[in-house]
Amino acid sequence: MAENASNAGPEPGSRVTIGITFGNSNSSIAYTTDSKAEVIADEAGDRQIPTVLSYNDGDEYYGGQAKAFLVRQPKITIAYFRDFLGQDFKSIDPTHCHAAAHPEDTSGTVSFSVKDKEEESSTLSVSEVSTRFMRRLVSAASDYLGKKVTSAVITVPTSYTEKQREALIKAANDAGLEILQLIADPVAAILAYDARPEADISDKIVVVADLGGTRSDVTVVASRGGMYTILATAHDFDFAGVHLDNALMEHFAKEFMKKHNTDPRSNPKSLAKLRLEAEATKKALSLGSNAQFSVESLADGYDFSVSINRIRYEMVGRKVFDGFNRLVEGAVKKAGLDVLDVDEVVMCGGTSHTPRIANNLRGIFPETTTIQAPATSTTAINPSELQARGAALQASLIQEYEAADIEQSTHPAVTTVKHIANAIGVVTGENGDVFLPIMPAETAVPARRTVQIPTPAEGGDVLVRVVEGGTHIKVTKPEPKPAKEASDDKEDDEDDSDFDSDEEEEEEKREKIWKIGGELAEAAIRGVKKGGKVEVTINVAADLGVTVTAREVGAKGGVRGQI
Amino acid sequence: MALPLLPADWSADKDFKRLNALSSASERTIEPVGPHFLAHARRARHKRTFSEDDRIQAQEKARKTEDVDDGEISEPEDPMDLQREAKDWKTQDHYKILGLSKYRWKASEDQIKKAHRKKVLKHHPDKKAAQGSTEDDQFFKCIQKATEVLLDPVKRRQYDSVDEEADVDPPTKKLTGKDFYKAWSKFFKAEARFSKEHPVPTFGDENASKEHVEDFYNFWYNFDSWRTFEYLDEDVPDDNENRDQKRHVERKNANARKKKKAEDNMRLRKLLDDASAGDERIKRFRQEANAAKNKKKADREAAEKKAIEDAKAKKEAEEKAKAEAEEKAKAERESSKKAKEAAKNAVKKNKRVLKGSVKDANYFAEGDASAAQVDAVLNDVDLVQGKIDPDEIAALANKLNGLKVSGEIKSVWSDEVKRLVEAGKLKEGDAKTLA
Repeated sequence: MAENASNAGPEPGSRVTIGITFGNSNSSIAYTTDSKAEVIADEAGDRQIPTVLSYNDGDEYYGGQAKAFLVRQPKITIAYFRDFLGQDFKSIDPTHCHAAAHPEDTSGTVSFSVKDKEEESSTLSVSEVSTRFMRRLVSAASDYLGKKVTSAVITVPTSYTEKQREALIKAANDAGLEILQLIADPVAAILAYDARPEADISDKIVVVADLGGTRSDVTVVASRGGMYTILATAHDFDFAGVHLDNALMEHFAKEFMKKHNTDPRSNPKSLAKLRLEAEATKKALSLGSNAQFSVESLADGYDFSVSINRIRYEMVGRKVFDGFNRLVEGAVKKAGLDVLDVDEVVMCGGTSHTPRIANNLRGIFPETTTIQAPATSTTAINPSELQARGAALQASLIQEYEAADIEQSTHPAVTTVKHIANAIGVVTGENGDVFLPIMPAETAVPARRTVQIPTPAEGGDVLVRVVEGGTHIKVTKPEPKPAKEASDDKEDDEDDSDFDSDEEEEEEKREKIWKIGGELAEAAIRGVKKGGKVEVTINVAADLGVTVTAREVGAKGGVRGQI
Repeated sequence: MALPLLPADWSADKDFKRLNALSSASERTIEPVGPHFLAHARRARHKRTFSEDDRIQAQEKARKTEDVDDGEISEPEDPMDLQREAKDWKTQDHYKILGLSKYRWKASEDQIKKAHRKKVLKHHPDKKAAQGSTEDDQFFKCIQKATEVLLDPVKRRQYDSVDEEADVDPPTKKLTGKDFYKAWSKFFKAEARFSKEHPVPTFGDENASKEHVEDFYNFWYNFDSWRTFEYLDEDVPDDNENRDQKRHVERKNANARKKKKAEDNMRLRKLLDDASAGDERIKRFRQEANAAKNKKKADREAAEKKAIEDAKAKKEAEEKAKAEAEEKAKAERESSKKAKEAAKNAVKKNKRVLKGSVKDANYFAEGDASAAQVDAVLNDVDLVQGKIDPDEIAALANKLNGLKVSGEIKSVWSDEVKRLVEAGKLKEGDAKTLA
């Protein structure tokens, strides 16, 4: 949406486009072939390219190679800099850079000091660092594609400010890359799913859980006929991949101390080794149920090798896993919805590979909700690649457009539209008391929906009542037992009852019930054939004018009216 | 769930009853992402309704496929081509035979295949035989040959290299202004098909930037062409001939190709020279550069000149100031000397008056003054004179001037002595003769 008009990019016809996810921990690049997106591996074969740059005697390293330098030469290695882009020094959180080159304050902006030339140390602004990293990404993609990449769509967190967007666009432009559009991370992930040929573009509420290395972002999105409206977002810096690493590191450090009486966390080099191997172990545990943690000369020259199984890992990381649950639940609540309203959960980001998280979410959401994660769905797309794919797809969609066209189309005048507050549907059922939603709430107008509704078996004249509808959550408790009620009160002080009440909650039956709201219109369809169906089309114009068309399927004419 | 039955007492005009308007809506931002958003943006920007947009989109889609179909069969066949002999394949226009003359080197492999199929369907000799015409398969052979050449990437390149129909004639030298750029753009666009490197910089128009123009000429003066001239080989070695003969022919062909390639390079170079000679932009850039250089030079010279002039002016001013100062000092010196002399003269004169006054008063003596009396009086006069400054001498002389009566002179002197005594310059009892 923030489109760079000043930089006259290449002609729309001659663009070579990619999608980029420029992450704090890892970045990835993707391209499209025949409307299918594929993620590009860099020279080292990594599809998840660590967002790390390292300078050793004037040589520049990036990605996995640079990450390896975190152990030996942390001071020359720049990592976790994405979130600093476009920020003032006073508003950044340098925690993650502790074991790498430290950010410095250069008249308010963030910079790093590294030896990027032989014998000579220089200060690089975070913008310059981003430009250099971006240049490496572009050259990796260009090498892979055999064509010079000219343009890209980059995904950004929903919390990115206008200033950060501008800084990112500038950094990319300096790297010789035209930015067609910046799109929101969660929307890119949904797009990657919706672009699959087998995907059905229905009206659904999607929760995107983007669990990354250093931050987690949960977004609740109303997906309405392929149009996405963000209803709520939650950002969290306390439950993310590194915190799982930390939990594992602590676990292994304690194991080591049992044997050798020295704390590997007291020495920066040992700590770096510990962190690197903990991360690898975490990844291995996402795939298999056992993993080997082994580091040579972890501390004081002692080698350390120990195996861990997934159950142990899940215990060690329990606090973090619970945090993810609360985060997702909180985001749903923030959107004014209930877990029962959620139709799909899309998990993306590297941490989403962890099976426990997906299984936990499976427990939170009802059976009907699809959890798109490798652990819960065999058709799920690799969570780490989702956003890059989405960006690449968006790039392929808009690469034919002039920059000015893109800017006009993403203008707030086009993107800010009215969303209906209540669902619109018709009343069905013999007694006329069942609400059948046709157009759900939070649908952007103008919108059009068509449904076919069966008629009574014998046919005849039927009534089409178009009404608004709302939902409420009906909680049915199982047979209330007097003893339980008593224990409910004492819940807080009695340890045992905690377990009981948990069990009771699980038995509690929660349902989503539609409630018929204000009536909009009534129409009659006469003489419906036996077994015939009625097609109802509801068209809401941009000015909220509603047009209702109802006719028997296969018949001519029908009733049409405006409200 | 089925729809409810219509209640018996329900009735409405045209079977439709309006009840309430929609409850309020909230303003939210949709994410500008995905194909459905593009459709939304298209509708919003062109202010189309759903059904209008559906119709227009469908029309556009339909027209597109139609166009593609049309394009390949629309070319009428040249009756001259239909008469061609297959053995003259070297001279035939393969693209025209297949009805692809407007695509030429741009035709995709798919297009060639499709065109070939269409022609085969129409001209297959078996079909003609079935229709009762003579067994003339010459044109069909031409079609096969054309397809053979065009579907083989190597042979197609060789043919494209010498496909004169795709050439655009270089413009004449008389063209100026917009026509000049248009004509040369067209020429270089056609010529760009031989480039090994892509994209090829365009010629641009009269407003092209300096970098653009420089890029263009740099690229074209270092043009790397894949053009080859095998297709024009005069003799093709035959397997029946002996080895030496074959080698001889091959050598001859290679030399001929080399020569043609060199000629082609020369041709392009010459045309580039022509283009650059007539290119107003280069002249303009040169002028601009010269103007900038001259301006710099002029600025520098002006600055130098100014510096010299400033220095000169400063020096002159200093000299002048110095001379003035000297003159002034001299004048002052002279005037002070004069004043001093005048003052001295005045004092002398006044002293003379003082002495004359006591003489006029006959030294305050009755009758002839004794020498002692004269001496005492003159001594006292000297004493008084010594005690007072020239101004006071002048004042005193003024008072005494013109006085002849001894008593009056005496009183003046005694007043003066009294004043001096009061001022503490004389002691009581000094200058008794005058008191």
